[in-house]
Amino acid sequence: MHIPYTKRRLANGLDVIVHEDHQLPMVAVNLWYHVGSKDERPGRTGFAHLFEHLMFEGSEHHDHGFFGPLQRAGGLLNGSTSTDRTNYWEVVPTGALELALWMESDRMGYLLPALTEAKFENQRDVVLNERRQNYENRPYGLAGMALAAAMYSPEHPYSWLTIGSADDIRAMSLDEVQKFFRTYYHPANASLALAGDIETEQAFDLAEQFFGDLPAGPVPAPVRAEARLASSATLLLEDRVELPRLYIGWHSPEMFGAGDAELDVAADVLTQGKTSRLYRSLVFERRVATDVSAYQHSREISGTFQIACTAAAGVTLASLEAEIRGAVAELAAKGPTDDELSRGLAQTEAHFIYRLQTIGGFGGKSDQLNAYNTFRGDPGYLDADRERYRAVTPRGVSSAVQRWLAAAPSVTLSVVPRGKPELGMPGAAAVQVA
Amino acid sequence: MSRVDRSRLPVPGADRPFHFPRLARRRLANGLELRAATHRSVPIVSMVLLVPGGSSVNPPGMPGLASMLAGLLDEGSRGQSALDVADRVARIGGDLDLETGSDAHVISFTTLDRFFDTGVSLIHEIVTAPNLTPEDFNRVRNHRVERLRQIKDHAAAVADRAFAQTLYATHPYGSPGVGTEAALSAMTADDVRALHAALLVPAGSTLIVVGDRPEEELLDTVEKTFAGWQAGPATMTIDRAAALVPPPAMPVARLAVVSRPGAAQSELRIGHACAARSTPDYHALLTLNNVLGGAFVSRLNLNLREAKGYTYGVRTGFELRRGIGPFVMQTSVATSATADAVRESLKELGDIAGARPVTPDELSMAKDSVSKGYPRGFETASQVARSIAQLALHGLPDSYFEDFIPQLTAITAADVTRAAQKYLDLGRMTTVVVGDLDTISGPLASLQLGEPRVVRPEF
Repeated sequence: MHIPYTKRRLANGLDVIVHEDHQLPMVAVNLWYHVGSKDERPGRTGFAHLFEHLMFEGSEHHDHGFFGPLQRAGGLLNGSTSTDRTNYWEVVPTGALELALWMESDRMGYLLPALTEAKFENQRDVVLNERRQNYENRPYGLAGMALAAAMYSPEHPYSWLTIGSADDIRAMSLDEVQKFFRTYYHPANASLALAGDIETEQAFDLAEQFFGDLPAGPVPAPVRAEARLASSATLLLEDRVELPRLYIGWHSPEMFGAGDAELDVAADVLTQGKTSRLYRSLVFERRVATDVSAYQHSREISGTFQIACTAAAGVTLASLEAEIRGAVAELAAKGPTDDELSRGLAQTEAHFIYRLQTIGGFGGKSDQLNAYNTFRGDPGYLDADRERYRAVTPRGVSSAVQRWLAAAPSVTLSVVPRGKPELGMPGAAAVQVA
Repeated sequence: MSRVDRSRLPVPGADRPFHFPRLARRRLANGLELRAATHRSVPIVSMVLLVPGGSSVNPPGMPGLASMLAGLLDEGSRGQSALDVADRVARIGGDLDLETGSDAHVISFTTLDRFFDTGVSLIHEIVTAPNLTPEDFNRVRNHRVERLRQIKDHAAAVADRAFAQTLYATHPYGSPGVGTEAALSAMTADDVRALHAALLVPAGSTLIVVGDRPEEELLDTVEKTFAGWQAGPATMTIDRAAALVPPPAMPVARLAVVSRPGAAQSELRIGHACAARSTPDYHALLTLNNVLGGAFVSRLNLNLREAKGYTYGVRTGFELRRGIGPFVMQTSVATSATADAVRESLKELGDIAGARPVTPDELSMAKDSVSKGYPRGFETASQVARSIAQLALHGLPDSYFEDFIPQLTAITAADVTRAAQKYLDLGRMTTVVVGDLDTISGPLASLQLGEPRVVRPEF
């Protein structure tokens, strides 16, 4: 199973990847910049994401909104920022491909002349509202921030979320935005994937035509930071919630690192579907929790493994914690059964195939080609990625769970209704999230 | 290699032809309608069983019953347990979705082509022979009651609830599809069994199957399994047309508020009961919506987000249903901007019907963006199956997809203005605000929308 592609690198360092799929009269344009909140520093958190917003506000030769011409052409478009990368995509009718490439290349090469203080202030307000909507005004919305801050030292760029702190967002200046653009937004730090109704040679010609004369910059040095918990911590956050929820976080392998796939499988065995161990026990049979989820969140520098569980009314978080740690210890001791492993693999295999259905957008084929290219240097890594899961053994899962979870320090966070700290874990230390 | 002319934007070339899915149909002796379409891309099959009625068939005082039925379908069937069913779905990498809409149940299942036969049997079994035991009922019910308690903390869910309640009162669209704690607590497994017998029957239902095989083969496979589906004796009388009556006439609350002390934002809903999917003005409303708030470049989003920075985003929609569905504008705005955001929103909603009618540029933008992007909605088997389900639900012709672009293209600016005048009525419009009333009540009073009605959303 694979996504057939051709990759070439332009003289200015831009990677171009082309995949033909003529099912729809559409082409997906997908552009990754290898920059995210990992490239920010304390005091300026939220910068990469705010910058992404500015990319939609016009560039030198089209100093109007980015959406207008593409929307008129029947295109769909968006962008997103994570800790590790920023992506921009359009899915356009085949006849509008040049328009999309013109606009993407204009904002890669000529953003700054069009960037004004007024645009900057407007998008700063928009981002502050995004933060209010998705974090501050949402139940359990601040838990991720509290966990990140507790898992990493303050200098580690994973110690804050991509949305950043409200104070930092307010403190940013236009000067800093310009410097950020020059450092990270250039061909040598980007990867362009074109997928859909296009001939491969024509696609490379167009990429060369629109992007070939943009100047290269130096490739930014990879960010290195040590992720380590010296000892376990037990924290408490009060929020506008009805039911207390427990979060446990551990450090775990980085994306594609040794143990990464094994911990993905461990997460499925613990909480994926009714037949999983913790869901079945806590939610389905004994009804002491309303939900439970586990997730191996593997990222470029390092990963975290996280379990979240909401208590049913009258159930203590301490009892849930004991259950969860018991299940983790058992998985570390004995590993998954063959039955659990084969069921998980059937789902994983199917989902690899479902991922081949769309050319563009978040998670579409063009996005996957760019992800593999950016993080592995190999757009064709899909098959090897699947092989990682086929190679997982019960013993491999048990030793990864033992090393990274059962025998490692963790952060335990209780999120409880305001005014009811007694519903948290015993001895939990209150934390504030700005 | 020639370099780029950056003095102007490239003009898009002509659209390439696209062939919309061709529908094959068959009607079984038991009354079940079948539809099939071939979709050649990835070896995947997608099925949708559409059963008209949805939440609108809930008997009075029993909101949540139809949704409980859907929720119990995969909790065990033909004597096997919920865990067995979950295991079987997982073994074929299946993606099962049991959705209860205002007008219909939509049961969707996607799996790999090589598991097609198994998938068909599985769907047949959970639909026709669910266990519906009191034990499973209690477990699912209790779980949902706890979820309802959590939803109360979610400002967007509170606003949606308050909006539907205020607009529709006793009409089926005014009741929460997921039910209320009181209604769920009073319900029994017998109620669910009675609804199952009356509602999940072949006559009136449509099974859609889309995949990488010839249509006839798709139809033959599902026919083999579903031909034996027979309705059992029904004890409950249901009214699948309950939502087709107009919402009750009642005094309009121009401003309805829900208190959320200390909220960082105010959650807004503005609108009124508006139109049914059967309206002859469907394409005009689609165009109107695109100009007003249905796209990023729309009057409301450009004003409230891009000019004023009040919000992360705003959108509008004509939620056209079998009965008269609502027009709704929804957004979440900074607390300090609440009254200004409402004022600007109402101004935009009024202006498009009079002071600032749609311009030729806006009209072409709206029509082009929708029509040129239309093929995108047919990329996956599941998208195609769900689109065909919409045709079945609303009695639209098999040629609907082919007809869509010509019909949209025919819309004029005058059509859009007429639609705005007919379907957007500021005098009947309710503004729901969920926010920190201590801070925003004063500024809201300056809008002169009358005495605010304090709403207690039912959960």
